[in-house]
Amino acid sequence: MVDFAGWMMPVNYGSQIEEHMAVRTAAGVFDVSHMTIVDIDGPDAEAFLRKVIANDVSALVEYQALYGVALNAHGGILDDLIVYRLPKGYRCVVNASTREKMLDWFEAQAMTNMRIEHKPQIMLAVQGPEAVSKLLASTDLATLDIKPFFAASHGDWLIGRTGYTGEDGVEVMLPVDQGIALWHALLESGVKPAGLGARDTLRLEAGLNLYGQDMDETTSPLISNIGWTVAWEPAERAFIGRYALQGERAGPAQKLTGMLLEDKGVLRHDQPVQTDAGPGVVTSGTYSPTLQRSIGLVRVPVGAGAECSVDIRGALKKARLVRPPFVRKGKILVN
Amino acid sequence: MSDIPAELKYAPTHEWARLEEDGTVTVGISDHAQRALGDVVYIEAPELGLTVGAQEETGVVESVKAASDIYAPVGGTVCEVNDALTDAPETVNQDPYGDGWFFKLTPTDATDLDELLDAEGYAEVCDSED
Repeated sequence: MVDFAGWMMPVNYGSQIEEHMAVRTAAGVFDVSHMTIVDIDGPDAEAFLRKVIANDVSALVEYQALYGVALNAHGGILDDLIVYRLPKGYRCVVNASTREKMLDWFEAQAMTNMRIEHKPQIMLAVQGPEAVSKLLASTDLATLDIKPFFAASHGDWLIGRTGYTGEDGVEVMLPVDQGIALWHALLESGVKPAGLGARDTLRLEAGLNLYGQDMDETTSPLISNIGWTVAWEPAERAFIGRYALQGERAGPAQKLTGMLLEDKGVLRHDQPVQTDAGPGVVTSGTYSPTLQRSIGLVRVPVGAGAECSVDIRGALKKARLVRPPFVRKGKILVN
Repeated sequence: MSDIPAELKYAPTHEWARLEEDGTVTVGISDHAQRALGDVVYIEAPELGLTVGAQEETGVVESVKAASDIYAPVGGTVCEVNDALTDAPETVNQDPYGDGWFFKLTPTDATDLDELLDAEGYAEVCDSED
């Protein structure tokens, strides 16, 4: 068990690699109740979200989800989040490590006619090719007709077809007593409990950023491989950070991309990288159970060639830059 | 409960040491240590002939989670390394006191082993960390 942003959480329940492979080949469940659920409604809710999030919620239809980032005035990332358009208002899911900061930020930016409610609930991420069938087997749901990046209500539950693993799956937000019951029902259906360790290796294989590690208040989305989450049109939408980003848009100096370690060893956060275009750094590194070698995300100069090296405990190891993701839907996408 | 064989000696940093009949000392990490590390995926072995003092860094073991230094439980010269771990690092998890050994030392002074913990003393170290 480790303290993660004030929550005691298991890194692994048994073998981390087995938990990882269960999600790639069958189904696993993560207790992600540490995530911060914030409901926002009222006549100004849409205008508020269009101001604080660089992606544009105005095109969302009911129950559609959107990934985006909240920026500071310098274009640095305050947090990444998922926004769900609900019949009444919006639901944002922000990180645990940024809870106080984001609740304060939302309050500080709030408009006149809106309400912000932090809603502590249980959140279970059921992920893997068998996630949906196992969810049906564990609940009174007869079918699950939700497209990727959409959600549906089921009684007190909100079920999103979302996740952080690169596999099919759902994230279920529900009241505490029902959440505990669902956890046990899923385990009885053969879903493997998976900890923070597997969550990290799965998201890294899927090329998904971790806030605080791959991006933070000093990095913009343009150098964090998520430039696609910045909605530049319409030009008159003055989201926070837009002005600063516009200057960087013409030519970002760095990029976040993937790395395969060619030599033996394991890439880790903060290891120095040398490229033909200058120095860089490993932002996340691990051993990939699917590729059975070390992979990482690295921030390097924009013009860096593929062949490079990484400094592991003073020894230079051969490495190669590749475009993430490394793995999606059980398939290896790099070689 | 982790397995702590009575016939071995232990360092507080979780290495075990065994004095062999030929006078060399075999070194590995304890069952407690491999459990705490989780799935071992890489071993950085010391070079043959490296001379180290007691408690000096003599290699690295990496699990999916983290990298940890391996310290020499006694001073000596590395005379053999377990090359089989290069391709099968998971052996450290499966058999920490057997095929999962790391390296062998020719000790500078074999009586240094007396300074190490016995099984009972090491069990107290493990308990205090849980």
